[in-house]
Amino acid sequence: MTTLTDPPAESFKLSMLVYDTRYRSYTFQILALIGVLLLFGWLTLNTLRNLADLGKVISFDFLGAPAGYDINQRLIEYDNQDTHLRAAFVGLLNTLLVAFLGCITATVVGVVVGVLRLSGNWLVARLMTVYVEMFRNVPVLMWIILAMAIMIESLPAPSAFRGDDPEATMKLFDSVAFTNRGVYVPEPLFSRGLGDLSIGGAFDISLDLIAIVLLLIGSIWVSRRIGRNADAVQESTGLRPRTWPKQLAVIVLPTVILLVVLGFHLGYPELKGFNFQGGTHMRNSLIALWLALSLYTAAFIAEIVRAGILAISKGQTEAASALGLRSNRIMSLVILPQALRVIIPPLISQYLNLTKNSSLAIAVGYMDITGTLMGITLNQTGRELETVLLGMLIYLLISLAISAVMNVYNNSVKLVER
Amino acid sequence: MNKSVFLGALTVAGLAAGVAGAATVDDVKARGKLNCGVTTGLVGFAAPDANGEWTGFDVGVCRAVAAAVLGDPTAVEFVPTTGKTRFTALASGEIDLLARNTTWTFSRDVDLKFTFVGVNYYDGQGFMIPKELGVSSAKELDGATVCIQTGTTTELNLADYFRVNNMSYEPVPIETNAEAQQQFLAGACDVYTTDASGLAATRATFENPGDYVVLPEIVSKEPLGPLVRHGDDEWGDIARWTLNALIAAEEYGVTSANADELAASPTDNPEINRLLGTEGELGAMLGLEADWALNAIKAGGNYGELFEKTIGENTPIGLARGLNAQYKDGGLLYSPPFR
Repeated sequence: MTTLTDPPAESFKLSMLVYDTRYRSYTFQILALIGVLLLFGWLTLNTLRNLADLGKVISFDFLGAPAGYDINQRLIEYDNQDTHLRAAFVGLLNTLLVAFLGCITATVVGVVVGVLRLSGNWLVARLMTVYVEMFRNVPVLMWIILAMAIMIESLPAPSAFRGDDPEATMKLFDSVAFTNRGVYVPEPLFSRGLGDLSIGGAFDISLDLIAIVLLLIGSIWVSRRIGRNADAVQESTGLRPRTWPKQLAVIVLPTVILLVVLGFHLGYPELKGFNFQGGTHMRNSLIALWLALSLYTAAFIAEIVRAGILAISKGQTEAASALGLRSNRIMSLVILPQALRVIIPPLISQYLNLTKNSSLAIAVGYMDITGTLMGITLNQTGRELETVLLGMLIYLLISLAISAVMNVYNNSVKLVER
Repeated sequence: MNKSVFLGALTVAGLAAGVAGAATVDDVKARGKLNCGVTTGLVGFAAPDANGEWTGFDVGVCRAVAAAVLGDPTAVEFVPTTGKTRFTALASGEIDLLARNTTWTFSRDVDLKFTFVGVNYYDGQGFMIPKELGVSSAKELDGATVCIQTGTTTELNLADYFRVNNMSYEPVPIETNAEAQQQFLAGACDVYTTDASGLAATRATFENPGDYVVLPEIVSKEPLGPLVRHGDDEWGDIARWTLNALIAAEEYGVTSANADELAASPTDNPEINRLLGTEGELGAMLGLEADWALNAIKAGGNYGELFEKTIGENTPIGLARGLNAQYKDGGLLYSPPFR
């Protein structure tokens, strides 16, 4: 017979919080947490009290007041009688525009440079090294200002296009004007357009654009169906039918017909009064910011791409070439798909950097969210804390959204393990 | 960038506590220096000269206040501010006084919690344009590209003016006067708009000032004046009455040349005597020495002297007194009595 005795009940003593290794780490972590919370609480309270002392109570009412200022680049309708909120939104769209253009350009340039930097051609490889080192070792603000200065000083003013024997002429069959106020390119116009769709009375979206996009999506879906059918035929018979004429026709023909129906034509820029009128005006601030941000970020992306490629074992290349693949196909079919797994995660942070760096836009007078909400609105209303907090929140949301999208993509290309 | 702005805002809030408590005049005396906010460089109003010394009309106000409080017109730390940073700098206590062509408006006074101590220059917004464009009136500016300094009242006036006159324009926002100058000279904007005095000052620095004209329309009222924070009335009084002393000195004919002589013994004009401290105790009422106004006047001369020396008709800026003449001469300058 065995007697079971309870283990002696351990009485908890306060000193065990420090001397007992089971509790010690928790004790210190909780103490640190309390300290951090107290610090933040003190900062917040202090800020609020000081603002109250100054007679400034935190309030976001100013967002509903008329902004009173104009913004040159507007992707949605806006005039100076609209609210600060709408002005902030115009700025937000400008931020998103330059971030979007910048990310695409930076990726294209970055991948090309990254691959070329590994080229066997000595000259090409060295040139790319020079590019990478030059761009990533100089602050991006300098590049932005330099790009703007070049645009302003080297291109002709619109007045140079005037007169019988002008100093400057429009390029590309008189359709594009390069001036120091930006580039004027022909704009698409529809003589039998469908009009605009108003969303909640706040935004107008062109129905023409929606129609074209929907049609393109439909066409691409059909074209992929054709491709899949061809795959099936290939699987069963071993012969792949020729698909590209059909696929091309499915995409091009409906689009052309729709454009003709809508009465598509180009509106050319024309010098009238002080400026070119008509056409799409790509402002020099947008171009300078876009170029500088993308070339700067591309240098980092090139290094990431290079690292990704070098991470793939040389055996892969050798195996592929033993199978008879040519070197550019080895790169696109064997190396890059595997390298993407290494490339995507750091690429996300480069996209985030580019987006955040776009807040330097005010250096060239590009009205992004920093220029509108945290610039003019801040200045005209004197609401430093509110606008800056709101601005930070917006950047945070943009960044999180980019991360989320890129993470989805990353999951789709990452190695599926069994 | 965002981070620094945020930290800046936090510092603003943090510093403001320390500032609100102590009296600014005690801080200035303890520091032995006046921190004065000026522009980043506008010839005639505030710009460093060839020797790196700040000179100009607004700088004169800073020096006069420093002379009144500390007895030394050179005891000034000049803090260059942009249109955007100036209010934050003042609210945070980084500067004690802002003398930077700042327009006195209702919302700045009431909502931004500043106290304008007076007007040292009555101005209005104008337009400058190259002669070759052949424009003679602002009404002909439809469709023009306009360079504006962002964060100023000019931005709002411009929007109002073009809206009221049913014209369109393309604003090019710019941070500093120097950048605006670069864009304007390169023809990246047709028009440069700011206060008429600023236009004259900017034009004076051009290689060929004659190629540019300032259009006759003045589209706004821009009373420019120095300002301090709300809530410290003693300091506001010192700044206000120093400015008034300069204006009154011109009215009574007290100049930097004869001030010492007039202050040596009481004259037969009691107003001058009270101003210069030979009669009454105005200095003590302000918490300053009896010769506070004398020092202020000697720092750069009375209002008229300061004007002529920095932006008057004999300088490259070449501004006429106009509205900025004494009330006796048909201007708006009118100092309340010293008694």
